[in-house]
Amino acid sequence: MNGPMIEARALTKRFGPFVAVDGIDFRIEPGEAFGFLGPNGAGKTSTMRMIGCVSPRSGGVLRVLGLDPTDDGPEIRARVGVVPQEDNLDTELTVWDNLMIYGRYFDLPRREIRERATELLEFVQLSDRRSSRVDPLSGGMKRRLTIARSLINRPELLLLDEPTTGLDPQARHLLWDRLYRLKRSGVTLVLTTHYMDEAEQLCDRLVIMDNAQIVAEGSPRQLIVDNVTREVVEVRLAIDADPAAEVAKLKRFGDRVEALADRVLVYTDDGDATAGEVASDGFDAASVLVRRASLEDVFLILTGRTLED
Amino acid sequence: MTSTLRILPFLRPRHRPWRLVERNILAYRRIWYIFLSGFVEPLFFLLSIGIGVGKLVGDLDVGGHLVPYRTFVAPGLLAIAAMNGSLLDTTFNFFVKMKYAHTYDGVLATPLSPRDVATGEITWALLRGAAYSAAFLFTMLAFGDLRSGWSLLALPGAVLIGFGFAGIGLAATTFMRSFVDFDYVNMAMIPLFLFSATFFPLVRYPAGLQAVVRFTPLYQGVVLERSLVIGDLHPTLLLHAAYLAAMGLIGLRVAARRIGLLLQP
Ligand SMILES: Nc1ncnc2c1ncn2[C@@H]1O[C@H](COP(=O)(O)OP(=O)(O)OP(=O)(O)O)[C@@H](O)[C@H]1O
Ligand SMILES: [Mg+2]
Repeated sequence: MNGPMIEARALTKRFGPFVAVDGIDFRIEPGEAFGFLGPNGAGKTSTMRMIGCVSPRSGGVLRVLGLDPTDDGPEIRARVGVVPQEDNLDTELTVWDNLMIYGRYFDLPRREIRERATELLEFVQLSDRRSSRVDPLSGGMKRRLTIARSLINRPELLLLDEPTTGLDPQARHLLWDRLYRLKRSGVTLVLTTHYMDEAEQLCDRLVIMDNAQIVAEGSPRQLIVDNVTREVVEVRLAIDADPAAEVAKLKRFGDRVEALADRVLVYTDDGDATAGEVASDGFDAASVLVRRASLEDVFLILTGRTLED
Repeated sequence: MTSTLRILPFLRPRHRPWRLVERNILAYRRIWYIFLSGFVEPLFFLLSIGIGVGKLVGDLDVGGHLVPYRTFVAPGLLAIAAMNGSLLDTTFNFFVKMKYAHTYDGVLATPLSPRDVATGEITWALLRGAAYSAAFLFTMLAFGDLRSGWSLLALPGAVLIGFGFAGIGLAATTFMRSFVDFDYVNMAMIPLFLFSATFFPLVRYPAGLQAVVRFTPLYQGVVLERSLVIGDLHPTLLLHAAYLAAMGLIGLRVAARRIGLLLQP
C-alpha cells in the first residue's frame, strides 16, 4: 500500500453537546505500532471506534487504508481486526464456534476458517479449550480468544483497545510476545493503553491524549528526552512531615519538582548526585530512590496528573 | 507491504444476513429440544379447543361454506403459531443479545451492517415460524381441515404473517429499556390472541369492536389463512397480505436504523 495506513485531520467526535474527541491530527504508517496513551475519558475508545468504522465521526477528515469510513465501512472492516475494550465474544457459542462464525461474517470458506482457527488457537495457547463454552473461561483466556478472533480475517491493521487490562503479568507478557510477532509479520498495530511499560515495549510511536486532545507525540524515547530530565529522584516523606514545607525545601535540588499524594519527584540529570545532596542535607525522608525517567513522568509533566487518576 | 499478497475476503453483500442465520443454527444446535414446545403447543390447542369445544359449538358458516368448529379454529391457531414463532427470536432473545450479551457489537466490527443484523434476525425468525407452521399444516391435513387447493398458499401466508410480526417485534424491541417493558408486549399479545376472530367469527363481536379488530395485525393473518384453507377467496385478501408485508418492511427499516443508533453511537 502506498500512503499512510490511517490519516486523521481535525478528527472530532461529539456526543450531543459533549466533545469526546476534539479535532485531533495523526498519521499512522504501514507496519508501525502506534499507541494512544491517556487517562480515563481522554477519548481513546471514541477514536478507535471511529477508525474501526463503528462510530460515525462528527467532523474532520479520516482515511483508513486510503478509504473513507463514511462510504466504505464494510470494505474497511473486512481488512481490519478489532480487539474492543470490553470483550464481546458470543457467549452462546463454544470457543471453536466463535472463531468459525466470525470467519463466516467475513465470508471466508469453512475449510479455510478451520485451518486458520486451528493455527490461531495454537497461537494464543487455547487449543485445549476449543470445545469449551466462553463463559467459564478466565478473563485472560477470553482476552486471548478475542485476539485470536480479531485475526481470523488476516487483517492488515489490528486495533487493540486496552489489550492487556486486567491480565496477570504472565498473561500480559504472552500477549506482548504475540503482538510483537504480528508486528514483525507486517501487521500495523494501533493500541490504547494506560500502561507506560506496555507503551514503551510495543509502540514505535505514540500520542498522549488528555481531555479529548493530543498533548504530545513521538517515540517513547523521544518523548522522554524532549520533556523530562534523564533521571528522577523519588523521595518518600516521613509520616509526620508537613508536605508543603518539604516540597518547598526540595525545590532547590532539581530542575523541577512534582508533589504526589505519597511522595515527591525531583527531576534531575544526575540522580545519584541529587540523592546524595538530599541525604547530606539531613533531609527528613522515609526513603530516597533513583530511577530513569519514564513515560509516566512525561504524562505527569504535560498534564499535571498521574495516569491512575 | 505484503498486504497485496493476502487473500482479501470476497464480499457478497446479499449473503451477509444469512451469516446471522448460520450463527443462530450454531447457537441452537445443542439446545434443539426447545423447539419442540413450538410444535406441540398449537397441537394441544387444536385438540382441546377444536375437538373438545367443537362438540359444544357445532358447525359454522364461513363465506357460505359450512365447516366444523375445528376447521374454523385451526387456521386461527396456525396464524398464532406463525406469530409466536417469529416473535421469540425478535423480541426477548434479540433484547438479551443486544443489551446484555453484546453479541451484535462483535458482529458489527465485521463487514456486516445494522441492516444485515436486522434482516438476518428476521430471516431466522421466519424460518423458525415457517417450521412450526409447516408442522401444524400437516396436522391440519391429517385431520382433514385443509378444504381447498388454495391451502398450498397457507405456508407462504404463514411466512408473511411471520414477516409482519418479526419486523414489528424487532423494531419495538429496539425501544425497550428493560425487561419490565416486555410486560407491555404481553399486554398487547393477549388481546390479539383472543380477539382477532381467532376463536369465533367477527360478526359475533359488538359492532364498535368489530371496526377495531379489522385493523389489528393478527386479524389480517387469521382471515388470510382461514380463507385460503377453506377456499373462500376474495380480492380483499390482497389487502390483508399487503398490510402484513408493509408491517414487516416498515419494522425492518425502523429496526435497522435503531440498531445503528444504539450500537454505533
Ligand atoms: N455513547 C456515548 N455517549 C455519551 N458520551 C460518551 C459515549 N461514549 C463515550 N462518551 C464520553 O466520551 C468521553 C471519552 O470516552 P472514551 O471512552 O473515548 O474514553 P477513553 O479514553 O477510552 O477512556 P478509558 O480509558 O476509560 O477507556 C468520556 O467522557 C465518555 O463519557
Ligand atoms: Mg476506552
